[in-house]
Amino acid sequence: MKTMFVIEAFYLACFVLLSQVTAKNSEDIRCKCICPPYRDIAGKIYKQNVSLKDCNCLHVVEPMPVDGKDVEAYCLRCECKYEERSSGTIKFTIIVYLSILGLLLLYMVYLTLLEPMLKRRLFGHSQLIQSDDDVGDQQPFANAHNVLSRSHSRPNMLNKVEHAQQRWRRQVQEQRKSVFDRHVVLS
Amino acid sequence: MNGNGPTKLVDPLEDPLPGVGTYEDFNTIDWVREKSKDRDRHREITNKSRQSTVALLHSVSDAFSGWLLMLLVGLMSGSALAGGIDIAAHWLTDMKGGVCLIGFWFNHEHCCWKSNETTFQERDQCPQWQSWAELITGTSEGAFAYIVNYLMYIFWALLFSFLAVTLVRAFAPYACGSGIPEIKTILSGFIIRGYLGKWTLIIKTITLVLAVSSGLSLGKEGPLVHVACCCANILCHLFTKYRKNEAKRREVLSAAAAVGVSVAFGAPIGGVLFSLEEVSYYFPLKTLWRSFFAALVAAFTLRSINPFGNSRLVLFYVEFHAPWHLVELAPFILLGIFGGLWGALFIKANIAWCRRRKTTRLGHYPVIEVLVVAALTALLAYPNSYTRMSGAELISELFNDCSLLDSSQLCGYEQVDTGVGNSLADRPAGKGLYTALWQLALALVFKMMITVITFGMKVPSGLFIPSMAVGAIAGRLLGVGMEQLAYYNHDSFIFKGWCSPGADCITPGLYAMVGAAACLGGVTRMTVSLVVIMFELTGGLEYIVPLMAATMTSKWVADAFGREGIYEAHIRLNGYPFLEPKEEFDHSSLAVDVMRPRRSDPALAVLTQEGMTVGEVEALVDSTHYSGFPVVVSQESQRLVGFVLRRDLLISIDNARKRQEGVVSASQVVFTEHAPSQAPDAPPPLRLRGIMDLSPFTVTDHTPMDITVDIFRKLGLRQCLVTHNGRLLGIITKKDILKHMAQIANRDPDSILFN
Repeated sequence: MKTMFVIEAFYLACFVLLSQVTAKNSEDIRCKCICPPYRDIAGKIYKQNVSLKDCNCLHVVEPMPVDGKDVEAYCLRCECKYEERSSGTIKFTIIVYLSILGLLLLYMVYLTLLEPMLKRRLFGHSQLIQSDDDVGDQQPFANAHNVLSRSHSRPNMLNKVEHAQQRWRRQVQEQRKSVFDRHVVLS
Repeated sequence: MNGNGPTKLVDPLEDPLPGVGTYEDFNTIDWVREKSKDRDRHREITNKSRQSTVALLHSVSDAFSGWLLMLLVGLMSGSALAGGIDIAAHWLTDMKGGVCLIGFWFNHEHCCWKSNETTFQERDQCPQWQSWAELITGTSEGAFAYIVNYLMYIFWALLFSFLAVTLVRAFAPYACGSGIPEIKTILSGFIIRGYLGKWTLIIKTITLVLAVSSGLSLGKEGPLVHVACCCANILCHLFTKYRKNEAKRREVLSAAAAVGVSVAFGAPIGGVLFSLEEVSYYFPLKTLWRSFFAALVAAFTLRSINPFGNSRLVLFYVEFHAPWHLVELAPFILLGIFGGLWGALFIKANIAWCRRRKTTRLGHYPVIEVLVVAALTALLAYPNSYTRMSGAELISELFNDCSLLDSSQLCGYEQVDTGVGNSLADRPAGKGLYTALWQLALALVFKMMITVITFGMKVPSGLFIPSMAVGAIAGRLLGVGMEQLAYYNHDSFIFKGWCSPGADCITPGLYAMVGAAACLGGVTRMTVSLVVIMFELTGGLEYIVPLMAATMTSKWVADAFGREGIYEAHIRLNGYPFLEPKEEFDHSSLAVDVMRPRRSDPALAVLTQEGMTVGEVEALVDSTHYSGFPVVVSQESQRLVGFVLRRDLLISIDNARKRQEGVVSASQVVFTEHAPSQAPDAPPPLRLRGIMDLSPFTVTDHTPMDITVDIFRKLGLRQCLVTHNGRLLGIITKKDILKHMAQIANRDPDSILFN
């Protein structure tokens, strides 16, 4: 629980820092002017990265398609908006998202494919207790962990991690049974 | 007591054993007990605070812990989760169409942000963004490019939905669905362990983005409420006051639900009202302040993250402020009727489909079901540009009023030269608009049908955006119809008074707004919170009256077909023990008709306050599966002493056998204050007065059931004892009440599954 909080606080701090640092990057501000068709001039969109005080038709629309007398009438129809974004935040978020997604997928592949193979290679078939759970389920190998922990005297930390992982897997198993098999919750 | 033998008695005033006072999974909490535990704790801290400065500081920090927790919840939900989900969802949705060459992390809009090659007609083309056809074949025109784009779209949709459902299945099966029905049940006192845990949070966040991006017809608002409640639950573990007390925790969860809606829509006040109206069970004023504060913090955090650079929280900002006329109330009410009919129909169809999924073989293949629905959606959605775009984009395009600056197909009117100014009079429809209209009609039919089978699948799915999209399409169609009617018939008596030719009198964008509100109200039966959310979403404060009219009409029409909204219907489908606070119980039964044991049942299983041994108690507890036992003075008198819960009993006996000397099966179990005198060689007694509830609620057998149900609702009881002439007669539990109500409504009483 505490580690979760620490991770979240770290992430939040990074977020806030990044948004402060990258917001004022000159690449990330722009003034966008949309000018509709006027007489025989087609509609056009103009963009420039100017600051808020210069964000109006006279500064942004270059080259001006009409002559001096018509400039005012043309500019009245244009609409200029100042916009700001933080490309650093976007980049950071996408990269964090993809890495978390990648980690989860790797962990899932490990749990379903690699771990049974590794355990089978370490223990051989004789020590595995067959149970009648689903194929691809991890419960038949729970005993393997107990055997392992008794045979080698592992340090306590690793044991705790193993126990926690087993407990978590049992919980997910239970949840999967209620939701997917018996349709008791969240049908 | 009497100096005989080594008597080490269990002191009932010591700290309770770990495990006593906690609840089992899928059980209801005892609100009264939790609240009195909190009051005792508060009193103790206040008393101690006078003794030393440390204790005073402790009491001050205890008082502020609630506000600090709300601050943390707002920060965490607003920033990390909602902002991150928004950015990632936009990016991944655009990934189906192409990729950005200057940086793969930019979505389509941001890729073309700086480019000067965007034209007035094609606002989203730029050379930096390449569609898949351009990347693979080098061209973007022609039938072959279209087919390549189509296939890539379907491929990405299938990939995303496959990843979503396998992640949900492998790591956190509780992360599927919307989450709001289960949160409603949890807030009413139910316990679902793991539903608001950290794995559910992680998986729901990641798979929500995947599910939304795969083009399925679902939104992210309901799952964001679940995500916010998960954050709140996880942060509760930092504070003792909230970790140990289930009732206080539910106060925090109510506030977190407000935060969820606040960050989903950028509507803080609407979020608070949504929590009050839809999600919460008890909503005292204290929770109101806390929700307000948390929603404020979340909105502020989201704004400072500013994911999209428009510095606005508002999702579908409308720029128009054209007035509406009283005559237009008629089409608005028509939209309300449509919304009510759609809501009633949707609820019936969706529940029928979910029931089929629950009971037949369809439910055995969740992964294949998700893939098939995603493929079907992608296949049918791609050809029509209005279904190809995401729900939020569609809604903002439909809400938008056409001005000179717009060049989309929906604004394809015939250009009548108007001179200066940007606001345009009503004009006849051009070819572009007619194309858009029939495409929209097809989109309406498609969305209505596909949302029925999408909501409730085993991926995180929300309902708000699809319902609003359906309503917005219907509203816009009606609005354009009215506009053309006004243009071609400006001399008829309906329009003559207020709509002269050359004036801008009808805004189809407003009709779209009203339609969206009507459909969402018809499905969820929200009223006040919906209107507030809508005008916070759009900024259109002038349009409160049409929104209210349409919402009320749609609620009335939908209620005529069935009293429940979609969330209550799902609660009933799942059989959760949710005692609906808004329903009235108007049958004339008495308490004696509902209580157990009935005439044919075995007698009530009671414990006597003294005279039973540990062995006898254990045998009684093992032979039944009741979750609590009344304690009486003696079997003959049946006068009530108190009530003791099964879990506490078992834990205490277990602990006493292990730790206390001399407790064996022949030891007496004593619920009185003073142990009775015993033979010198008798084993020491087990005193269990500490775990007994000395003030159980009782009603007499002739109490009418509506008063009893009211007592259950208002106090949050789990069971209530029934007495007759002062003697204990039976017990009524919440499950009995729910079964009785189901029987009266001619429903199956065995559908109530949980205690």
